[in-house]
Amino acid sequence: MTSLYDEVTVTPVGVPVRRVTLTVNGERRSADVEPRLLLAHLLRQAFKLTGTHIGCDTTNCGACTVLFDGRPIKSCTMLAVQADGHEVETVEGLATASELHPVQEGFKEEHGLQCGYCTPGMMMTAKALLEENPNPSEDEIRWALSGNLCRCTGYQNIVKAVLWAADRMGASTDDETD
Amino acid sequence: MYPSRFRYESPTTVEEAIALLEEGKGEAKILAGGQSLVPMLKLRFANPEMLIDINNIPDLDFHRFEPDDTLRIGALCRHEHLEKSDVIRDRQPTIAAAAPLVADPIVRTRGTFVGSVCHGDPQGDWAACMMALDGVIVAQGPGGRRQIPVREFVTGPFQNVLAYNELAVEAVIPAPRGVPYGGYLKLERRVGDFATAAVAVAVEISGGSVTRAGIALTGVGGATLDAAEAAASLVGAPLSAEGNERAGELAAAASSPRTDHRGSASYKRHVISTFTKRILNGIAESEERAA
Repeated sequence: MTSLYDEVTVTPVGVPVRRVTLTVNGERRSADVEPRLLLAHLLRQAFKLTGTHIGCDTTNCGACTVLFDGRPIKSCTMLAVQADGHEVETVEGLATASELHPVQEGFKEEHGLQCGYCTPGMMMTAKALLEENPNPSEDEIRWALSGNLCRCTGYQNIVKAVLWAADRMGASTDDETD
Repeated sequence: MYPSRFRYESPTTVEEAIALLEEGKGEAKILAGGQSLVPMLKLRFANPEMLIDINNIPDLDFHRFEPDDTLRIGALCRHEHLEKSDVIRDRQPTIAAAAPLVADPIVRTRGTFVGSVCHGDPQGDWAACMMALDGVIVAQGPGGRRQIPVREFVTGPFQNVLAYNELAVEAVIPAPRGVPYGGYLKLERRVGDFATAAVAVAVEISGGSVTRAGIALTGVGGATLDAAEAAASLVGAPLSAEGNERAGELAAAASSPRTDHRGSASYKRHVISTFTKRILNGIAESEERAA
């Protein structure tokens, strides 16, 4: 099945391209891209990391949120060439081969998703929040996630999922200190 | 969506960026945070021939107070750096109040203060703060630097007075004459929406009296509005409930909102009056506590 976004050509013929090399989920990746290619398209089309969703395409919804040098950004609002030399983390980088990330587990346990479209963006923002503030209040979670929209309006459970993850991550730190 | 084709350059010095602007002869655009420009490129409202990405120029991501209390904000200082800054929280209340209200948290990780002022959106939060604080934009061109007061900087919606070969390298907030107080209140339908109405207030108090005041309005006119009369009404006396009420009315009178899907003109005027009064009353309270 092809989607609208499969039409995007990463390396077009006959126009100037630039080589970009970046770290994606810990792996070095390169591509020759047209300067106007968006980071979201580089991830999805060139690297086939389709976990990063494109929702509104107008910097409103946050579905395309990835971590750029550890901070959440909207990958539809950054040019792929700007990621040259930087570190990007997508939803595919959350789980290991054997284990879900606590944030993913939280979304599963607390039913933090319905249609799932906003979920990757929500989880990346949540991960960045928990790295900065391991023990956020419900209010702080709502504030941090306020740039990510859920059209299913499943916010209650999304907030619960992040609280669950914070709890789990806190518990594992406690274990280590025991 | 996809921007039109452009030439992309990523200079590593300000001088190099200015040389590229010269070469672009008015058809080049500076890319800083990109949170307004990239959407405009995608919608093809903007079709520059050349994009000059300044993100690889070191030493532009700063905000600091000089020994004389002047605040300088570099061209790459992101909204979130101001939002999370201890010195801003302690020493610049207007900016501290506005920072968490700019766009949404993810846009704030990337978007820049100076870029937002340059963008000249009448709905932009920072232009109002700059105006209330008598802020200045420092522009650097081939001939050196010049200072442009923000009131002269933005000439209309999405227009500023930068020459084609000038780069806005920093914003400067002059040192306060007295203890700086201030606030920013914004009504928006949801996080990330443009302001229905917003008010920036900066007041400097010395010996119990207001030594300087600035009030600027967002979203209630074709550009950021300077409520100069409202601000002037406060100077030379201590803040009082009656004076704050009057300043609120004068601020509302200075606004020229339009009825639209965000609210009627009279409603927006009412919000301006209420917000102005509310910020000023809050300042009066915290000043009393401090005294």
